[in-house]
Amino acid sequence: MSDPMRIRALVAGDKATVRVLMGHEMETGQRKDSAGKTIPAWFIQEVTARHNGKPVLSAEWGPAVSKNPFLQFTVKSAKAGDKIAVTWKDNKGETRTDEATVA
Amino acid sequence: MLNRRDVLSRSGQLAALMAGAGLLPAQAQAAWNAAAFEIKTMAELAKALGASAPVESKDVVVTGPDIAENGAVVPVGVSTTLTGVKKLMLLVEKNPSVLAASFDVNDAVDASFTTRVKMGQSSNVMAVALMNDNRMLFSQKEVKVTLGGCGG
Repeated sequence: MSDPMRIRALVAGDKATVRVLMGHEMETGQRKDSAGKTIPAWFIQEVTARHNGKPVLSAEWGPAVSKNPFLQFTVKSAKAGDKIAVTWKDNKGETRTDEATVA
Repeated sequence: MLNRRDVLSRSGQLAALMAGAGLLPAQAQAAWNAAAFEIKTMAELAKALGASAPVESKDVVVTGPDIAENGAVVPVGVSTTLTGVKKLMLLVEKNPSVLAASFDVNDAVDASFTTRVKMGQSSNVMAVALMNDNRMLFSQKEVKVTLGGCGG
């Protein structure tokens, strides 16, 4: 199982700044292990976010995004108590969703 | 008493219910654009996305450090004040594949995204905006990657 994401969503005016820290290896498929064998690629490909159930963000990532990825974005017309859910899906088909409340 | 007709209509209702609740796999979403993440240069990326040749623009902003001590974690951001933007992308010129991340822009989020990328070596980082009319605007910034502790 993958680690839970850490999501913080803070209101600033009528917007909410969302910061997400995901737990993922983000292996590029370019590195070799000590035996000289290529480590297979394993990285997050798709990231989506929902604001009170409504899709607000969709992103496509390549293996160049750092290990344990960080993402910051701003949701418009959000207020305290709203729910922000973030989902990622990696190239092995594994997926994870976590939710946070806007504060 | 349950007869065949009841069972059939109920299982139909159940399937509808499950689909509504998102229990059944949704229709395959737009597949991850594998081809775009193998492209080596920005010009080829523009071609692959059906956009015109990239033009430098002050309205697209790339943020990042002048010097990154650790190439594995380089904080970079892309933002724009333009309207009519379809996608914002982050590119690292000298990485094995140039495209690092691509964000869809819509009315619900600000056209500003920050993340962290890996950089194999000192290189230009490009922020690219793909417009609704398929123009491609970009700005770039050089980020020096210092390996080891001795920043130079």
